[in-house]
Amino acid sequence: MPEQLLYAMEVSLNGLMAGIMYALVALGFVLIFKASGIFNYAQGVLALFAALTLVGLQQGQVPFAHVINAIFGTDLHHFGWQLPGLVAIALTALVMVGLAILIERLILKHLVNQAPIILFMATIGLAYFLEGLGDVMWGADIKKLDVGLPQGISEMIDTFTFNLFGYGFFIDRLDIVAAVVATALVAALTAFSQYTKYGRALRAVADDHQAALSVGISLRFVWVLVWSIAGFVALVAGIMWGSKSGVQFSLSLIALKALPVLMLGGFTSIPGAIVGGLIIGMGEKLFEFFAGPMIGGATENWFAYVLALVFLVFRPQGLFGERIIERV
Amino acid sequence: MFYREAGEFKTSYVDDSQTFPIKFDRMRYYAVLVIGFGIIPFVINDYWANAVFVPFLIYAIAAIGLNILTGYCGQVSLGTGGFMAVGAYACYKLMTAFPGMPILVDVLLAGAVTAGVGVLFGLPSLRIKGFYLAVATLAAQFFLVWLFNKVPWFYNYSASGQITAPERTMFGIAVTGANTPAWAKYLFCAVVLFLLAWLARNLTRGTVGRKWMAIRDMDIAAEIIGVNPLTTKLSAFAVSSFFIGVAGALFFAVYLGAAEVGEAFGIQKSFLILFMVIIGGLGSLFGSFAGAAFLVLLPVLLKNVLVEGMGWPTDLAAHVELMIVGALIIVFLILEPHGLAQLWRVAKEKLRLWPFPH
Amino acid sequence: MKKTFTMLAVAALTAAAAAPAMADLVVPNLSYRTGPFAAGGIPYADGFNDYFTLLNERDGGIGGEKVQVPECETAYNTEKGVECYEATKGTGALVYNPLSTGITYQLIPKVSADGIPLYTPGYGRTSAANGKVFEWVFNYPANYWDGASVAVKHLLEMNGGDLNGKKVALLYHNSAYGKEPIRTLQELAKKHGFTLAELPIDSPGQEQKSQWLQVRRDKPDYVLFWGWGVMNSVAIQEAANIRFPMENFIGIWWSGSENDVMPAGDGANGYKSLTMHGVGMDYPVYADLKKYVYDAGKASGAGDQEGSVIYSRGMYAAMVIAEAIRKAQEIHGTAAVNAKQVRDGFEQLEITEARMAELGLPNFGQPFAASCADHGGPGAAMIQQWDAAAKKWNLVTPFIAPDDEVLVPLVMEDSAAFAAENKITERCN
Repeated sequence: MPEQLLYAMEVSLNGLMAGIMYALVALGFVLIFKASGIFNYAQGVLALFAALTLVGLQQGQVPFAHVINAIFGTDLHHFGWQLPGLVAIALTALVMVGLAILIERLILKHLVNQAPIILFMATIGLAYFLEGLGDVMWGADIKKLDVGLPQGISEMIDTFTFNLFGYGFFIDRLDIVAAVVATALVAALTAFSQYTKYGRALRAVADDHQAALSVGISLRFVWVLVWSIAGFVALVAGIMWGSKSGVQFSLSLIALKALPVLMLGGFTSIPGAIVGGLIIGMGEKLFEFFAGPMIGGATENWFAYVLALVFLVFRPQGLFGERIIERV
Repeated sequence: MFYREAGEFKTSYVDDSQTFPIKFDRMRYYAVLVIGFGIIPFVINDYWANAVFVPFLIYAIAAIGLNILTGYCGQVSLGTGGFMAVGAYACYKLMTAFPGMPILVDVLLAGAVTAGVGVLFGLPSLRIKGFYLAVATLAAQFFLVWLFNKVPWFYNYSASGQITAPERTMFGIAVTGANTPAWAKYLFCAVVLFLLAWLARNLTRGTVGRKWMAIRDMDIAAEIIGVNPLTTKLSAFAVSSFFIGVAGALFFAVYLGAAEVGEAFGIQKSFLILFMVIIGGLGSLFGSFAGAAFLVLLPVLLKNVLVEGMGWPTDLAAHVELMIVGALIIVFLILEPHGLAQLWRVAKEKLRLWPFPH
Repeated sequence: MKKTFTMLAVAALTAAAAAPAMADLVVPNLSYRTGPFAAGGIPYADGFNDYFTLLNERDGGIGGEKVQVPECETAYNTEKGVECYEATKGTGALVYNPLSTGITYQLIPKVSADGIPLYTPGYGRTSAANGKVFEWVFNYPANYWDGASVAVKHLLEMNGGDLNGKKVALLYHNSAYGKEPIRTLQELAKKHGFTLAELPIDSPGQEQKSQWLQVRRDKPDYVLFWGWGVMNSVAIQEAANIRFPMENFIGIWWSGSENDVMPAGDGANGYKSLTMHGVGMDYPVYADLKKYVYDAGKASGAGDQEGSVIYSRGMYAAMVIAEAIRKAQEIHGTAAVNAKQVRDGFEQLEITEARMAELGLPNFGQPFAASCADHGGPGAAMIQQWDAAAKKWNLVTPFIAPDDEVLVPLVMEDSAAFAAENKITERCN
């Protein structure tokens, strides 16, 4: 096989993997947008916060140690325990549920029936707050996140493709794990929303708040539910990205990678997030790989958006978005 | 008592349609002008100019620009940082290519160039709406930043890609460059802001502004009653980008003096200015000022209070500062969802009835 | 604008007025302990602060004058940097060291107008090494172009002096900082006959897959690396993932700290980076630091950064600044020097081997002597290599001098352009 084609295949595969990582972040956006019409700017920060909490719990860090030390002149750092990864993940998930309840109690409850832009703005405030809180609680230094996920080149695929084509493909094992997890997550979420009582309540609220209220669905409960799920999705995204690059401030910026995915897949479609992620991931990687060197490189950021923009011009509601019907 | 229409008799249409129909408002407006142009320039020092006033004035221009697009015409944009970069780089190229040109002309031309670019990136708005459009404008943001970073012509082939503003004077006094006195920086920005705010005010209450608002409130209905969405949306993009380009030119030439596109005009800037507009109040000029003041002054204020006033470590103060800003945004929203401008409006209503509210 | 604004302004005014007037020697520390680059900013600021605390506690300051180090948070953001500069310059600041190339570019015109020295060791504007044009800026002992040249010299050594036909890739932070070495490397590529491929990575650099796939495809013999923040650890991880030979992967001194290599674990073994000073705690000064600073509970920050690479660099910068102040006191015969006098101290500063040993830092940096024309120092750097098993950096070369034959004309050209743009006449003639 010609070399260029092999490279293209390798890059496409890696792009698909990267796309799934983007889709993981995009999922959180979709869930909240679908259920409450809120464009949740804080989703990236939520992932950062979850990852910070996970590392903190796992390493037995004392939360707010920095503040306590500054005020009382003590020298606290760690409780001195090390939790197994799964326990820490479970605890962090609980923290995220608690956070969802707090968000509902303190913010959303007071903003029922407001315009989307105002809810969007509330999430901006939330993003600021959580970013500060995460740093104050756990410190701003870079942290290593290790919950036992495999990393590095997958030898199996390498040898397999080498035998097949005479050129070993490079696929990161972490990406494979992410792909499996993302697929499971989407399957679980779809099943949840199709086949369970609460899932149906969630869809009902997404269709029409008032009608849902009138048949006795608790809006507040649904909001807590959906923010908890989004918090959990953020945790998963935080684990994947955190294992890849360490946990620190920049983790919150992955939200920016999810936006073109959202645009392409539609704000309201869970499968759309996955398909959009795959298209964006593959498109940007292929473009950077082949056209990048000719025009100076570092094209990934804008190419993803331009790709999504081109799609949108032909299909303004995204690939799987609900058709926009306008009436006067 | 003193703030009411009662007792003010207008005898001409000009009087009746003035911007501030209530005498008290007018007096307040003149008082602000006197303070802004007559007092502050004489007492300002470097710290106040560079840390507080100049950024506030420039952000106010940018916020007015974005408010025209988002608040008046209803098109959410996240390309502000990129358009500011266009203004900055256009200004830089003009300043270095025509050293003799007055700086004010450079700045205004930079705005005009940005208006052109803005129209170009505004074209998709004819198809795409709402949050989809917001995300689509991010394409402009990222592409423009990449372009200015990659094409050496834009930064005159300097080794690191930084652009540095050469010294330019007005009436013999430096306005850009390191030797600019604080008051000159302040006054230059204040004059530009005053002119542009005046322009914006009169645009938004005239035919153009009414068309924008018709499109914002319901574009299909507006189209049916004869508002052309193409020209209306694109004119909003053009005017808005002009303001933002001027703000970018000032930001680079007068305020920072040197800039690097990814750092100074990155995506953070787009979000920051959108936050200003939303927090201040969509569709309100006062809101643009209030929002800019809130997000420029509050961090400086908090920093001074926490670090210097209370002696906290700087990192702790920085984190707590974020938490306070975030919490304040939420509290403001819950109290008054339509931004600071609405608080102001409510205060005025109350004042009108005061002291006998019943 | 009106009511809220005035209210805030009044409150801010009272806060600003509460700032203490400072009579001592003031060396502001524009640090960043938050934001995307906090991982590098924290140890640097700690090292910087701790050294001055040591001087205050042990020697009662410099020449009997206490040193104050007011810290100001920039978050690596140029606007906040300007705010910090303006906030501190009124307090009698003697020298600035912002640890950010972006902020440095911003401050160069400002410090020149205000007459305050700017000290940027190993970062900032390279051509500031030409003191004839940049009167107020100092960047000894080494700058980016020196770094690029030293790295290439090391490659030459590895190849018996011949790089003809070799492929070198430069992987860089897509910003002013990362672009600095390109011009030098292009010149060196011409001179030594290697081909140079440039691979930019957008900040913050969490996603570098396509760049590393390009490396995998093009199989460059060597990869040079100009990264900062999270980009460093991701790059090293990715290099390990594609099994790039780590000893052929060389980072600049900002890409060679423990934070960068630890996340990759064993995969990082053999990674090389430049360094312009020694690392680790095998220096006598640490005995004093322990006695007067750490054990006295006066350590800056969380106090967990001692001896790390970036901490050592912060300490090195503090040491040079302290010596420059001492020199200024000597020249002008007064302990309470001002910024202008400190500039003279910087310009006539001479750091000898004997002096460093006296300070408890034998062989910590290279000896150098500045002059009116030379603000850049000798520019030599060492190569350190990571030993993942022992979790420490080992120095693998002595100081390597850069190729001045290539660098000097480049510095002259760039500084001449700056001089022409800003109508500066050359000094020192």
